Amino acid sequence: MLAAFLGFELIRRVSPLLHTPLMSLTNAISAIAVVGAILITGAKEASTLTRVLGFTAVVLSTINVVSGYLITDRMLKMFKKRGAEKK
Amino acid sequence: MMQSIFPVLYLFAAASFILAIKWMSSPTTARRGVIIGEIGMLLAVVGTLLRAEVVTYQWIFIAFLVGSAIGVPIAYYMPMTAVPQRTAFSHACGALAAALIGTAEYYRQMPHGVVMIALIVEMLLGFLTFTASMMAFGKLQETLPQRPITFKGQNFVNLGILALAIIIGVALILSPERTWLFPIFAVLSLVFGVLLIIPIGGADMPTVIALLNSYAGLSASAMGFAFDNKLLIVAGALDGSSGFILAVIMCKAMNRSFTNVLFGAFGTIQTTAKQTTERPVRSATAEEAAEILDSARKVVIIPGYGMAVAQAQHKLRELHDILTKRGIEVSFAIHPVAGRMPGHMNVLLAEADVPYDRLIEMDDINPEFPRTDVALVIGANDVVNPAARFEKDSPIAGMPILNVYEAQTVMVIKRSMNPGFAGIDNDLYYLDKTLMLFGDAKCFVSGIVKELNAVAAGS
Repeated sequence: MLAAFLGFELIRRVSPLLHTPLMSLTNAISAIAVVGAILITGAKEASTLTRVLGFTAVVLSTINVVSGYLITDRMLKMFKKRGAEKK
Repeated sequence: MMQSIFPVLYLFAAASFILAIKWMSSPTTARRGVIIGEIGMLLAVVGTLLRAEVVTYQWIFIAFLVGSAIGVPIAYYMPMTAVPQRTAFSHACGALAAALIGTAEYYRQMPHGVVMIALIVEMLLGFLTFTASMMAFGKLQETLPQRPITFKGQNFVNLGILALAIIIGVALILSPERTWLFPIFAVLSLVFGVLLIIPIGGADMPTVIALLNSYAGLSASAMGFAFDNKLLIVAGALDGSSGFILAVIMCKAMNRSFTNVLFGAFGTIQTTAKQTTERPVRSATAEEAAEILDSARKVVIIPGYGMAVAQAQHKLRELHDILTKRGIEVSFAIHPVAGRMPGHMNVLLAEADVPYDRLIEMDDINPEFPRTDVALVIGANDVVNPAARFEKDSPIAGMPILNVYEAQTVMVIKRSMNPGFAGIDNDLYYLDKTLMLFGDAKCFVSGIVKELNAVAAGS
């Protein structure tokens, strides 16, 4: 609950300029699901079914983590370059 | 002793996510935000790997490798215009991951009580967000028709399916042993995701993407409750609320309510809003457009989805540069819902090196239009349609627009007279001061640039 409230407060202050990078960042953050996926895949008593599901989940969330952060950075680099040039 | 460091690690990770989002609020600190976000993720992953419950590593590492092998190329080779698709795709990935984890956990433990409630919420959101995002992806990629698809009793069917899914979900919560119910539950959630998106047209995509972002986050948050993992709850809630707030901003920018976007697709109105008569428009060539621009003192460029499709942003930058060099004040007016996702235009223009202080938001630019000599509309339509302001029965009535019609001269680059995604005719095009520039946005802008260069060389 507190986090949701905090999220509200934080996002409201983000300018529309950065909405797209913000979105890909939160995307990457939501890939925190990887934690759950790891717990399932790595568990000792995991059956084949859970292991397969967990494995897929780790793959999927890793895609999100990696591409999410990289692309956010790529976008921000473009904003940054401009700012530096102007100074 | 080992076990006690995990809450600390997770706490740090959660704190870094919050900082990451906080720093996103300004372009100068935003990259720092990404880095702290990465650190947070690293802490979370390492922390989890070290946990005593995790004993088998080989599959996890193989999965990391496979995921990175797919993720890295996506990040580096994807053109910036495809950002909305990627975002949708990544929502799909995240949601499916959450749903699969939920499924695995269900079959592993058959949990009862609170945990089962959390799992059901997680899976419901996960499955429906997965298919919904895939549909959104298809629509953005234009492999699926962008027009809303509607049928009679659609809302009834949709709500019915959702209700059924929820009922089965509740039944599963009450007695998780009824495994035969589970596949039905999953399929219903998946189907609802598809149905949710088909009636939504291209113009509403920004809202929907933001909303799906929110669902994916909430799903992760529900997973946090299921696993009793505070980090998941916090990160998921952050994501959920950020998506939600973005969706609300988008809705406000269109003066529509959530329910309206989700259930009241423009589709129903489209048939009635059909063009009745062919009205004359004035068109112009690139030379004429260049001349007008050259004699202007203040130019406002209004980009829209058409600019993204034509990849015209680099040419626009050239136009911006050459006009600025000739002492003309150039700014870009960005409508909150221009394009296919929140902030879409800003990213594209930033890619083309347009200084971000030239990108001006709707509320700040609107008072400027009466003093604007030329408003150049590129691939935008509904966001400049005066009908939103003056015609009460228009489907987009009340939607805040850019007051382009107040400019001295309006030039519109457009491929044809086809109405925009909302399917509404635009009176702006028939004004006496409006010049229609028919053609591909990129070609046309480069035509204008060429002309201006010639003028510059001559003088």
